[in-house]
Amino acid sequence: MNTCIKKIRELSADLLEKGEVEKVIGFAKGTIPMATSPIAIQKKQDVNKLVFNSTCGLNLANYVSKGKGKIAVVTKGCDDRNIVTHIVENQIQRDQIYIIGVPCTGMVDKPKIAALFEDEILEFSEDNDTLTVSSLLKTQTLKKQDYLKGNCFYCTHKNPVLYDVLAADLVEEQKLDNLFPDVDQIETLDEDAKWNHFENLTKNCIRCYACRNACPLCYCPTCFVDESDPQWVGKGQDKTDVNTFHFLRAFHCAGRCTDCGACVEACPMGINVRDFTRKLNKDVLQLFGWEAGLDMIKRPPLDTYRPEDPDDFIK
Amino acid sequence: MGNLLEHMGIERDRVHFSWISSAEATKFVDVVKEISDKVKGLGLNKKFVKDYN
Ligand code: SF4
Ligand code: SF4
Ligand code: SF4
Repeated sequence: MNTCIKKIRELSADLLEKGEVEKVIGFAKGTIPMATSPIAIQKKQDVNKLVFNSTCGLNLANYVSKGKGKIAVVTKGCDDRNIVTHIVENQIQRDQIYIIGVPCTGMVDKPKIAALFEDEILEFSEDNDTLTVSSLLKTQTLKKQDYLKGNCFYCTHKNPVLYDVLAADLVEEQKLDNLFPDVDQIETLDEDAKWNHFENLTKNCIRCYACRNACPLCYCPTCFVDESDPQWVGKGQDKTDVNTFHFLRAFHCAGRCTDCGACVEACPMGINVRDFTRKLNKDVLQLFGWEAGLDMIKRPPLDTYRPEDPDDFIK
Repeated sequence: MGNLLEHMGIERDRVHFSWISSAEATKFVDVVKEISDKVKGLGLNKKFVKDYN
């Protein structure tokens, strides 16, 4: 990890010094332990603020927007696929962006680690697969593999697909027999149990929209939830409105979601909103053989028509 | 869309998709009949209902 940070800093300093990019978007140390936040570095002397570790769960593709100058961005496998999606959707041009790819070993599930402690976590450090976490009361050593975020657990694209340079050696991709056991499990429930599952899932949602804001796919200038004329969905805490929001947000990500988990990372109420998007990811893989962000040339399934597209739902 | 609704527990027969041209009056009648029969069969919908009281 440390050699990777060193490499990111060196590359960034070099790019800024040569004036090849206007800024570098990366991760900076957070204000509390076990946290990082996105940062845009514009001056060479600031590159030491850049870090990279297992707490970089947000998605930096979200901070890449059309501008005049060229920008560099640090990407994990999933962020990288969102950049590809941005290019496919014409949100940014390939030559406007310089990609510092980081082959990823997974991000940690912070709430899961925090739940092991009664008091506040004061220190977090890692050495390859070993995490050391301390609070005032105790210090615990954990295996990173046991505390991966849900999406990282099922990730089969840890290496960036599109990059200008790599900050570390490529990692081995895991092979899974079933990519969606969690979705399958919900599918075995009967209708009422499914409904209860989703009602329970979203019952604490406060409609803060952090999940939407953290997602690189949600770049509409006015989101449907903010529109007031027409008003597509009620703005309060009514559970039908809450579920309508979640259903539609997920559907807007159909065929585009990379399962980066930034939505879940951002949620202050610990809601696994991926339960919605992963069903669509599964369908789009099974029905169209598609995984988002792997190809810059192919058009996404919702954007094309093929005579052999599945159509048994239509009369 | 039907799949995600079904995944959330909405009965498959409540949501129907059809492509009917303005010249296909009989198809329209058939489809509407089928929909209303199926939905009647399911009974009152209790999901995704907003309580205004
Ligand atoms: S989803 Fe994959 S690439 Fe993304 S953070 Fe997790 S392990 Fe890394
Ligand atoms: S919906 Fe969530 S998991 Fe999917 S791309 Fe957006 S932030 Fe990532
Ligand atoms: S971030 Fe969490 S609480 Fe906020 S709107 Fe999304 S699901 Fe609801």
